[in-house]
Amino acid sequence: MGMAAAAATESQQFHVLAVDDSLIDRKLIERLLRTSSYQVTTVDSGTKALEFLGLRENDDGTPNTPSISPNNHQEVEVNMVITDYCMPGMTGYDLLKKIKESSSLRNIPVVIMSSENVPSRISRCLEEGAEEFFLKPVRLSDLNRLKPHIMKRSKLKDQDQKQVIPEKIDTLLEVQKQHQPQEEAQPQVQPNLEQQQQQQSLQQNNNNNNNSSNKRKSMEQSLSPETTDRTRPRYSGIATVV
Amino acid sequence: MDKVRLQREAAFIRSSLLDQGYLDEQFIQLEELQDNDNPNFVEEVVTLFYTDSARLIYNIDQALLSNPTDFTKLDDYMHQFKGSCSSIGAKKVKNECNGFGEYCEVQNYDGCFRTFQQIKQEYITLKKKLETYFQLLKEAAQIK
Repeated sequence: MGMAAAAATESQQFHVLAVDDSLIDRKLIERLLRTSSYQVTTVDSGTKALEFLGLRENDDGTPNTPSISPNNHQEVEVNMVITDYCMPGMTGYDLLKKIKESSSLRNIPVVIMSSENVPSRISRCLEEGAEEFFLKPVRLSDLNRLKPHIMKRSKLKDQDQKQVIPEKIDTLLEVQKQHQPQEEAQPQVQPNLEQQQQQQSLQQNNNNNNNSSNKRKSMEQSLSPETTDRTRPRYSGIATVV
Repeated sequence: MDKVRLQREAAFIRSSLLDQGYLDEQFIQLEELQDNDNPNFVEEVVTLFYTDSARLIYNIDQALLSNPTDFTKLDDYMHQFKGSCSSIGAKKVKNECNGFGEYCEVQNYDGCFRTFQQIKQEYITLKKKLETYFQLLKEAAQIK
Protein backbone atom coordinates (compact mmCIF):
# COMPACT_ATOMS: atom_id res chain seq x y z
CA MET A 1 0.00 0.00 0.00
CA GLY A 2 2.85 2.32 0.95
CA MET A 3 4.80 1.46 -2.18
CA ALA A 4 1.83 2.06 -4.42
CA ALA A 5 1.27 5.44 -2.83
CA ALA A 6 4.94 6.28 -3.31
CA ALA A 7 4.73 5.21 -6.94
CA ALA A 8 1.64 7.34 -7.44
CA THR A 9 3.37 10.36 -5.93
CA GLU A 10 6.35 9.79 -8.21
CA SER A 11 4.14 9.66 -11.32
CA GLN A 12 2.44 12.85 -10.32
CA GLN A 13 5.68 14.65 -11.00
CA PHE A 14 5.71 13.42 -14.57
CA HIS A 15 4.23 15.45 -17.33
CA VAL A 16 3.13 13.75 -20.53
CA LEU A 17 2.41 15.55 -23.76
CA ALA A 18 -0.23 13.68 -25.78
CA VAL A 19 -0.62 14.40 -29.48
CA ASP A 20 -3.61 13.24 -31.51
CA ASP A 21 -5.78 14.85 -34.17
CA SER A 22 -8.85 12.90 -32.98
CA LEU A 23 -10.86 14.66 -30.28
CA ILE A 24 -12.19 11.39 -28.91
CA ASP A 25 -8.74 9.87 -28.70
CA ARG A 26 -7.36 12.96 -26.98
CA LYS A 27 -10.07 12.70 -24.37
CA LEU A 28 -9.36 9.02 -23.94
CA ILE A 29 -5.60 9.28 -23.64
CA GLU A 30 -5.95 12.19 -21.26
CA ARG A 31 -8.22 10.17 -19.00
CA LEU A 32 -5.95 7.13 -19.19
CA LEU A 33 -2.89 9.19 -18.31
CA ARG A 34 -4.58 11.04 -15.46
CA THR A 35 -5.84 7.74 -14.07
CA SER A 36 -2.21 6.64 -14.09
CA SER A 37 -1.35 9.79 -12.11
CA TYR A 38 0.47 11.68 -14.83
CA GLN A 39 0.05 15.36 -15.54
CA VAL A 40 -1.23 15.71 -19.08
CA THR A 41 -1.25 18.28 -21.82
CA THR A 42 -2.98 17.40 -25.08
CA VAL A 43 -2.45 19.01 -28.47
CA ASP A 44 -3.99 18.18 -31.81
CA SER A 45 -0.97 18.32 -34.10
CA GLY A 46 2.74 17.68 -34.35
CA THR A 47 3.36 21.34 -35.04
CA LYS A 48 1.63 22.36 -31.83
CA ALA A 49 3.54 19.67 -29.98
CA LEU A 50 6.84 21.11 -31.13
CA GLU A 51 5.71 24.61 -30.19
CA PHE A 52 4.79 23.39 -26.75
CA LEU A 53 8.14 21.70 -26.42
CA GLY A 54 9.80 24.99 -27.25
CA LEU A 55 11.04 23.95 -30.65
CA ARG A 56 10.14 25.77 -33.84
CA GLU A 57 9.44 23.49 -36.81
CA ASN A 58 12.54 24.49 -38.73
CA ASP A 59 14.75 24.31 -35.68
CA ASP A 60 17.72 22.00 -35.96
CA GLY A 61 19.19 23.01 -32.63
CA THR A 62 21.32 25.86 -33.98
CA PRO A 63 20.87 29.37 -32.57
CA ASN A 64 18.00 31.22 -34.15
CA THR A 65 16.71 34.76 -34.38
CA PRO A 66 15.39 35.82 -30.97
CA SER A 67 11.91 34.58 -30.22
CA ILE A 68 9.73 34.48 -27.16
CA SER A 69 11.56 31.51 -25.69
CA PRO A 70 15.16 30.49 -26.31
CA ASN A 71 15.18 27.48 -28.59
CA ASN A 72 17.52 25.38 -26.53
CA HIS A 73 15.36 25.02 -23.46
CA GLN A 74 11.81 23.78 -23.09
CA GLU A 75 9.14 26.19 -22.07
CA VAL A 76 7.53 23.58 -19.86
CA GLU A 77 9.15 20.38 -18.76
CA VAL A 78 7.82 17.34 -20.55
CA ASN A 79 8.85 13.89 -19.43
CA MET A 80 7.29 11.92 -22.24
CA VAL A 81 5.54 12.42 -25.54
CA ILE A 82 2.84 10.04 -26.67
CA THR A 83 1.67 10.59 -30.20
CA ASP A 84 -0.70 9.19 -32.78
CA TYR A 85 1.01 7.98 -35.92
CA CYS A 86 -1.56 9.00 -38.57
CA MET A 87 -2.06 12.73 -38.44
CA PRO A 88 -2.52 15.24 -41.24
CA GLY A 89 0.53 17.39 -41.97
CA MET A 90 3.19 16.20 -39.57
CA THR A 91 2.79 12.51 -38.81
CA GLY A 92 3.73 10.96 -35.47
CA TYR A 93 6.79 9.56 -37.15
CA ASP A 94 7.81 13.01 -38.41
CA LEU A 95 7.35 14.37 -34.90
CA LEU A 96 9.42 11.54 -33.45
CA LYS A 97 12.21 12.32 -35.88
CA LYS A 98 12.20 16.02 -35.09
CA ILE A 99 12.35 15.31 -31.38
CA LYS A 100 15.21 12.85 -31.73
CA GLU A 101 17.11 15.20 -34.05
CA SER A 102 16.87 18.06 -31.58
CA SER A 103 19.73 18.47 -29.16
CA SER A 104 17.40 19.82 -26.52
CA LEU A 105 14.60 17.30 -26.88
CA ARG A 106 16.20 14.02 -27.89
CA ASN A 107 16.20 12.67 -24.35
CA ILE A 108 12.44 12.77 -24.10
CA PRO A 109 10.97 9.29 -24.46
CA VAL A 110 8.45 9.09 -27.29
CA VAL A 111 5.66 6.55 -27.63
CA ILE A 112 3.73 6.02 -30.85
CA MET A 113 0.07 4.97 -31.06
CA SER A 114 -1.61 3.63 -34.15
CA SER A 115 -4.91 2.05 -35.10
CA GLU A 116 -3.09 -0.13 -37.65
CA ASN A 117 -0.84 -3.06 -36.93
CA VAL A 118 1.78 -2.62 -39.64
CA PRO A 119 5.04 -4.37 -38.68
CA SER A 120 7.21 -2.24 -40.97
CA ARG A 121 5.70 0.89 -39.44
CA ILE A 122 6.38 -0.42 -35.95
CA SER A 123 10.01 -1.27 -36.79
CA ARG A 124 10.58 2.09 -38.39
CA CYS A 125 9.33 3.91 -35.31
CA LEU A 126 11.31 1.79 -32.89
CA GLU A 127 14.43 2.23 -35.01
CA GLU A 128 13.95 5.96 -35.02
CA GLY A 129 14.01 5.87 -31.23
CA ALA A 130 10.43 5.36 -30.08
CA GLU A 131 10.26 3.61 -26.74
CA GLU A 132 7.03 1.76 -27.36
CA PHE A 133 4.41 1.32 -30.00
CA PHE A 134 0.82 0.97 -28.81
CA LEU A 135 -2.07 -0.29 -30.88
CA LYS A 136 -5.26 1.67 -30.47
CA PRO A 137 -7.49 1.66 -28.62
CA VAL A 138 -4.91 2.16 -25.88
CA ARG A 139 -5.70 0.55 -22.56
CA LEU A 140 -4.63 1.21 -18.99
CA SER A 141 -2.50 -1.93 -19.07
CA ASP A 142 -0.51 -0.43 -21.96
CA LEU A 143 0.29 2.63 -19.89
CA ASN A 144 1.79 0.44 -17.19
CA ARG A 145 4.60 -0.24 -19.64
CA LEU A 146 5.50 3.43 -19.70
CA LYS A 147 6.73 3.70 -16.15
CA PRO A 148 10.19 2.10 -16.65
CA HIS A 149 10.93 4.36 -19.62
CA ILE A 150 9.96 7.54 -17.91
CA MET A 151 11.72 6.59 -14.67
CA LYS A 152 14.94 5.48 -16.34
CA ARG A 153 15.08 8.59 -18.44
CA SER A 154 14.71 10.91 -15.48
CA LYS A 155 17.53 9.09 -13.66
CA LEU A 156 19.79 9.19 -16.71
CA LYS A 157 19.16 12.88 -17.15
CA ASP A 158 20.59 13.57 -13.73
CA GLN A 159 23.55 11.28 -14.46
CA ASP A 160 24.40 12.72 -17.88
CA GLN A 161 24.46 16.28 -16.73
CA LYS A 162 27.42 15.39 -14.52
CA GLN A 163 29.37 13.62 -17.28
CA VAL A 164 32.17 15.07 -19.35
CA ILE A 165 31.61 14.17 -22.99
CA PRO A 166 34.39 11.85 -24.21
CA GLU A 167 34.97 10.98 -27.83
CA LYS A 168 36.52 7.58 -27.49
CA ILE A 169 34.27 4.55 -27.73
CA ASP A 170 36.01 2.65 -24.93
CA THR A 171 35.30 5.50 -22.56
CA LEU A 172 31.68 5.27 -23.67
CA LEU A 173 31.59 1.62 -22.69
CA GLU A 174 33.12 2.46 -19.32
CA VAL A 175 30.40 4.96 -18.58
CA GLN A 176 27.71 2.52 -19.67
CA LYS A 177 29.00 0.02 -17.15
CA GLN A 178 28.60 2.71 -14.50
CA HIS A 179 24.95 3.12 -15.47
CA GLN A 180 24.12 -0.54 -15.31
CA PRO A 181 23.70 -0.83 -11.53
CA GLN A 182 20.90 1.77 -11.72
CA GLU A 183 19.02 -0.15 -14.37
CA GLU A 184 17.30 -3.49 -14.05
CA ALA A 185 19.72 -6.33 -14.63
CA GLN A 186 19.34 -6.47 -18.40
CA PRO A 187 22.44 -7.40 -20.37
CA GLN A 188 23.55 -4.73 -22.85
CA VAL A 189 23.53 -6.82 -25.98
CA GLN A 190 24.50 -3.91 -28.23
CA PRO A 191 27.56 -4.89 -30.34
CA ASN A 192 30.46 -2.41 -30.62
CA LEU A 193 30.09 -1.98 -34.38
CA GLU A 194 26.78 -0.18 -34.11
CA GLN A 195 28.22 2.26 -31.60
CA GLN A 196 31.22 3.06 -33.79
CA GLN A 197 28.93 3.99 -36.62
CA GLN A 198 27.33 6.68 -34.50
CA GLN A 199 29.58 9.72 -34.44
CA GLN A 200 27.64 11.56 -31.79
CA SER A 201 27.98 12.69 -28.21
CA LEU A 202 27.94 10.38 -25.23
CA GLN A 203 24.46 11.49 -24.36
CA GLN A 204 23.10 10.53 -27.75
CA ASN A 205 24.91 7.19 -27.72
CA ASN A 206 23.69 6.32 -24.27
CA ASN A 207 20.15 7.10 -25.18
CA ASN A 208 20.34 5.23 -28.46
CA ASN A 209 21.79 2.17 -26.77
CA ASN A 210 19.20 2.33 -24.06
CA ASN A 211 16.57 2.75 -26.72
CA SER A 212 17.76 -0.40 -28.48
CA SER A 213 17.83 -2.48 -25.34
CA ASN A 214 14.42 -1.12 -24.37
CA LYS A 215 13.06 -1.96 -27.79
CA ARG A 216 14.42 -5.45 -27.52
CA LYS A 217 13.11 -5.66 -24.02
CA SER A 218 9.66 -4.54 -24.99
CA MET A 219 9.62 -6.96 -27.89
CA GLU A 220 10.83 -9.80 -25.69
CA GLN A 221 8.32 -8.89 -23.03
CA SER A 222 5.55 -8.96 -25.54
CA LEU A 223 6.40 -12.53 -26.46
CA SER A 224 6.54 -13.74 -22.88
CA PRO A 225 3.53 -15.49 -21.39
CA GLU A 226 2.94 -12.88 -18.72
CA THR A 227 1.80 -10.25 -21.20
CA THR A 228 -1.83 -9.82 -22.15
CA ASP A 229 -3.31 -11.47 -25.19
CA ARG A 230 -3.64 -8.10 -26.80
CA THR A 231 0.11 -7.64 -26.81
CA ARG A 232 0.95 -10.95 -28.42
CA PRO A 233 -0.76 -10.51 -31.76
CA ARG A 234 0.59 -6.98 -31.89
CA TYR A 235 4.15 -8.12 -32.25
CA SER A 236 3.68 -11.45 -33.93
CA GLY A 237 4.23 -9.69 -37.25
CA ILE A 238 7.46 -8.20 -35.96
CA ALA A 239 8.73 -11.57 -34.74
CA THR A 240 8.89 -12.87 -38.29
CA VAL A 241 10.63 -9.72 -39.52
CA VAL A 242 13.23 -9.91 -36.76
CA MET B 1 -41.06 5.33 -12.92
CA ASP B 2 -39.35 3.11 -10.36
CA LYS B 3 -35.59 3.74 -9.98
CA VAL B 4 -34.67 0.07 -9.89
CA ARG B 5 -36.83 -0.67 -12.89
CA LEU B 6 -35.17 2.09 -14.89
CA GLN B 7 -31.76 0.78 -13.94
CA ARG B 8 -32.77 -2.72 -14.93
CA GLU B 9 -33.97 -1.54 -18.30
CA ALA B 10 -30.71 0.31 -18.84
CA ALA B 11 -28.72 -2.77 -17.84
CA PHE B 12 -30.76 -4.85 -20.28
CA ILE B 13 -29.99 -2.53 -23.17
CA ARG B 14 -26.33 -2.58 -22.22
CA SER B 15 -26.20 -6.39 -22.10
CA SER B 16 -27.90 -6.80 -25.42
CA LEU B 17 -25.61 -4.25 -27.06
CA LEU B 18 -22.67 -6.28 -25.82
CA ASP B 19 -24.20 -9.68 -26.59
CA GLN B 20 -25.27 -8.69 -30.08
CA GLY B 21 -21.85 -7.31 -30.90
CA TYR B 22 -22.86 -3.69 -31.21
CA LEU B 23 -20.38 -2.92 -28.47
CA ASP B 24 -17.20 -4.66 -27.41
CA GLU B 25 -14.62 -4.78 -24.64
CA GLN B 26 -13.50 -1.21 -25.33
CA PHE B 27 -16.85 0.11 -24.10
CA ILE B 28 -16.25 -1.71 -20.83
CA GLN B 29 -12.79 -0.12 -20.66
CA LEU B 30 -14.47 3.27 -20.90
CA GLU B 31 -16.80 2.34 -18.06
CA GLU B 32 -13.81 1.37 -15.96
CA LEU B 33 -12.34 4.83 -16.47
CA GLN B 34 -15.46 6.38 -15.02
CA ASP B 35 -15.37 7.20 -11.32
CA ASN B 36 -16.70 9.68 -8.80
CA ASP B 37 -14.39 12.40 -10.09
CA ASN B 38 -15.45 11.68 -13.67
CA PRO B 39 -19.02 10.42 -13.25
CA ASN B 40 -20.13 11.10 -16.82
CA PHE B 41 -17.03 10.04 -18.65
CA VAL B 42 -18.65 7.37 -20.82
CA GLU B 43 -21.51 9.59 -21.87
CA GLU B 44 -19.10 12.43 -22.63
CA VAL B 45 -17.00 10.22 -24.87
CA VAL B 46 -20.06 8.81 -26.61
CA THR B 47 -21.40 12.34 -27.18
CA LEU B 48 -18.09 13.28 -28.78
CA PHE B 49 -18.49 10.19 -30.91
CA TYR B 50 -21.88 11.38 -32.17
CA THR B 51 -20.50 14.81 -33.09
CA ASP B 52 -17.42 13.42 -34.74
CA SER B 53 -19.42 10.81 -36.63
CA ALA B 54 -21.97 13.34 -37.84
CA ARG B 55 -19.15 15.38 -39.33
CA LEU B 56 -17.45 12.41 -40.96
CA ILE B 57 -20.68 10.92 -42.29
CA TYR B 58 -21.54 14.26 -43.84
CA ASN B 59 -18.07 14.47 -45.42
CA ILE B 60 -18.34 10.97 -46.82
CA ASP B 61 -21.81 11.65 -48.20
CA GLN B 62 -20.50 14.77 -49.89
CA ALA B 63 -17.48 12.97 -51.24
CA LEU B 64 -19.74 10.28 -52.68
CA LEU B 65 -21.71 12.98 -54.46
CA SER B 66 -18.64 14.56 -55.99
CA ASN B 67 -17.63 13.78 -59.52
CA PRO B 68 -15.02 12.47 -60.11
CA THR B 69 -14.88 10.41 -56.92
CA ASP B 70 -11.89 11.14 -54.74
CA PHE B 71 -11.22 7.68 -53.30
CA THR B 72 -8.23 8.87 -51.30
CA LYS B 73 -10.40 11.37 -49.48
CA LEU B 74 -13.10 8.75 -48.95
CA ASP B 75 -10.57 6.35 -47.54
CA ASP B 76 -9.19 9.03 -45.27
CA TYR B 77 -12.59 9.99 -43.85
CA MET B 78 -13.48 6.36 -43.37
CA HIS B 79 -10.18 5.74 -41.61
CA GLN B 80 -11.04 8.52 -39.16
CA PHE B 81 -14.56 7.20 -38.68
CA LYS B 82 -13.29 3.70 -38.08
CA GLY B 83 -10.85 5.05 -35.51
CA SER B 84 -13.65 6.75 -33.61
CA CYS B 85 -15.76 3.59 -33.66
CA SER B 86 -12.85 1.63 -32.35
CA SER B 87 -12.23 4.09 -29.53
CA ILE B 88 -15.70 3.72 -28.08
CA GLY B 89 -16.06 0.03 -28.81
CA ALA B 90 -18.62 0.34 -31.61
CA LYS B 91 -17.75 -3.08 -32.97
CA LYS B 92 -20.51 -3.72 -35.46
CA VAL B 93 -20.23 -0.34 -37.16
CA LYS B 94 -16.46 -0.65 -37.27
CA ASN B 95 -16.67 -4.04 -38.95
CA GLU B 96 -18.97 -2.67 -41.64
CA CYS B 97 -16.27 -0.10 -42.37
CA ASN B 98 -13.81 -2.80 -43.43
CA GLY B 99 -15.91 -3.60 -46.46
CA PHE B 100 -15.93 0.04 -47.44
CA GLY B 101 -12.15 0.20 -47.30
CA GLU B 102 -11.85 -2.74 -49.63
CA TYR B 103 -14.13 -1.16 -52.21
CA CYS B 104 -12.20 2.08 -51.93
CA GLU B 105 -8.98 0.32 -52.67
CA VAL B 106 -10.28 -1.07 -55.94
CA GLN B 107 -12.11 2.18 -56.64
CA ASN B 108 -15.48 0.47 -56.80
CA TYR B 109 -17.94 3.34 -56.40
CA ASP B 110 -21.10 1.24 -56.22
CA GLY B 111 -19.56 -0.99 -53.58
CA CYS B 112 -18.56 2.06 -51.57
CA PHE B 113 -21.97 3.65 -51.90
CA ARG B 114 -23.94 0.53 -50.96
CA THR B 115 -21.69 -0.32 -48.04
CA PHE B 116 -21.93 3.19 -46.73
CA GLN B 117 -25.73 3.04 -46.61
CA GLN B 118 -25.36 -0.08 -44.46
CA ILE B 119 -22.82 1.65 -42.24
CA LYS B 120 -25.17 4.56 -41.73
CA GLN B 121 -27.98 2.18 -40.79
CA GLU B 122 -25.88 0.39 -38.22
CA TYR B 123 -24.65 3.69 -36.85
CA ILE B 124 -28.19 5.05 -36.47
CA THR B 125 -29.30 1.85 -34.72
CA LEU B 126 -26.42 2.03 -32.29
CA LYS B 127 -26.92 5.70 -31.63
CA LYS B 128 -30.60 5.24 -30.84
CA LYS B 129 -29.92 2.42 -28.40
CA LEU B 130 -27.14 4.31 -26.67
CA GLU B 131 -29.28 7.41 -26.38
CA THR B 132 -32.04 5.38 -24.76
CA TYR B 133 -29.52 3.74 -22.46
CA PHE B 134 -28.07 7.00 -21.18
CA GLN B 135 -31.51 8.55 -20.92
CA LEU B 136 -32.68 5.71 -18.68
CA LEU B 137 -29.59 6.04 -16.51
CA LYS B 138 -30.17 9.75 -16.22
CA GLU B 139 -33.81 9.28 -15.22
CA ALA B 140 -32.86 6.65 -12.68
CA ALA B 141 -30.21 8.93 -11.20
CA GLN B 142 -32.76 11.69 -10.72
CA ILE B 143 -34.96 9.48 -8.53
CA LYS B 144 -33.92 9.43 -4.87
